[in-house]
Amino acid sequence: MSAHAEAHHGPPVANQSSRVDAPTLGMLLFIASEVMLFGSFFTIYFFARVVAGPAEWPPPPFELPVFVAGINTAILITSSFTMHWALQAIKRGNRAGMQAGLVLTVALGLTFLLTQIREYSRVGFSPQDGAFGSTFYGLTGLHGAHVFVGLTILTFATIRAFRGHFSAAEHRGVEISGIYWHFVDVMWIVVYTTVYIL
Amino acid sequence: MINPLRSEAEAYRFLLLTVGYFAAIAIATLAIGTWAGVVVFLVLTVAGAVYVVRASRTEPPRQAVPARRGRGNERLILVIANETVGGERLRDEILSRSEGYDEQVLVVTPALNSHLRHWASDEDNARVEAQKRLDASLARLQAGGIDAKGEVGDAEPLQAMEDALRLFGADEIIISTHPEGRSHWLEKGIVESARERFAVPITHVVVDLAAEHEEVQDPKPS
Repeated sequence: MSAHAEAHHGPPVANQSSRVDAPTLGMLLFIASEVMLFGSFFTIYFFARVVAGPAEWPPPPFELPVFVAGINTAILITSSFTMHWALQAIKRGNRAGMQAGLVLTVALGLTFLLTQIREYSRVGFSPQDGAFGSTFYGLTGLHGAHVFVGLTILTFATIRAFRGHFSAAEHRGVEISGIYWHFVDVMWIVVYTTVYIL
Repeated sequence: MINPLRSEAEAYRFLLLTVGYFAAIAIATLAIGTWAGVVVFLVLTVAGAVYVVRASRTEPPRQAVPARRGRGNERLILVIANETVGGERLRDEILSRSEGYDEQVLVVTPALNSHLRHWASDEDNARVEAQKRLDASLARLQAGGIDAKGEVGDAEPLQAMEDALRLFGADEIIISTHPEGRSHWLEKGIVESARERFAVPITHVVVDLAAEHEEVQDPKPS
C-alpha cells in the first residue's frame, strides 16, 4: 500500500465532474425532485378539477380570496428582487447591501407566510371539504412548507452575512439560497395562476 | 439547452420570464375568456420552445475560466495526453514554456473507455489502465528533468481538461496527440473544441512516437 493510501482515511475520494460544481448540482437535483413533487400535486389538482370535478370551480358556495393572494404574490415576487439585489451587492463587495437585501427577503417571505396562515383561518373551508378543499390546502400548503424551508435557509444565510461571512469572491451560500428562493417563487406563480386565477 | 437554474442570476431571469408568461395567460383569460387564455398559452409555449432550441444552436459555448493562475513567478502548465507524453519535443515545449518561471506541471490522462462501459459506470479498468499510462508518462518526464504531478481524468478529454482547470487551474494547456490520421482526438476536433471552451492559451503538440518525430504547432491565442 502506498504512503498516500495509508494516509487516507474514510471512503475513497469521489471522482468529481466539474460541469457544475457539487453544491450547485446538489441544489439542482433537489429542485428537480421538487418539480416532480409539485407535478404530482398538480396532477391530482387537475384530475379533481377537470376529470372528476363539478361543472363550476370553485364549487359553490366556496370562494377564493384572489385579491389577498394577489397581494401576497406581489410580496413574494418583490422578495425575489431583494434576493437578487443581495447577491449582486456581495458580488460587488457591498456587504451592507447584501445584509439589507437578505433581511428584506426574509421579512417579505415571513410576511407572505403569515398572510397565508391568516388566509387559511378566514377562507371558510377546510381540507375536509371535498376534493376542492383537499387540493387547495394540499397545493398551497406544500408551497407554504417550501417557503418555510426557504426562510430557514435564508435566515442562516442572513446570520452568516452579519457574522462576516461571504465576500465578492466567495458567496456560494447566498447564491444557492437565491436559486432555491427563486424556485419557490416560480412555483408560487404557477400555483397562484392555476388555483386562484384560472 | 441551457439550464435555467445554473446560477442565481439565471434563476432570477427565469422567474421574470415566468411572471410574464403567466401574467399574459391570466390577463387573456380574465379579459377575453378561457379560450383566449388557451391560445396565449399555446402561442407563448411554442414561441418559448422555438427560442430555446434556436438559442441553444446559436449561443457560443461558455468559456471555462481556470480556478487559479500562477502567482508571481509561478506558472501552471496543464498537459493533456493519453499516451504521447515522453517525446523530446513535448519535453522541450514544457521546458521552454516554463523557462524563467517556477513551474508546476500537471499531466492529466483521460480514462478512455467504451461508450457502453461509460454509460454503465464501469470505469474501474479504464482508470487502472490510465493510471499505468500516467505513471509511465510521469517517469519519462522525470527522466527528462521535469518534475510533474499527474492524475487520471474523465473519459471525455474536454471534460478532463475542465475538471483539471477547476481543481488545479492553469496558465496554459498543452494538448499532446498522435499525428493526424492516427489521432482519434484530432478526428473529433478536440483541440479546436478546447480552444473554444477554455479561456487559456492552448498549445497543440503532435508526437509521432513511431517515427520519433515531433512537431510543434504555433499556439493560437484563445
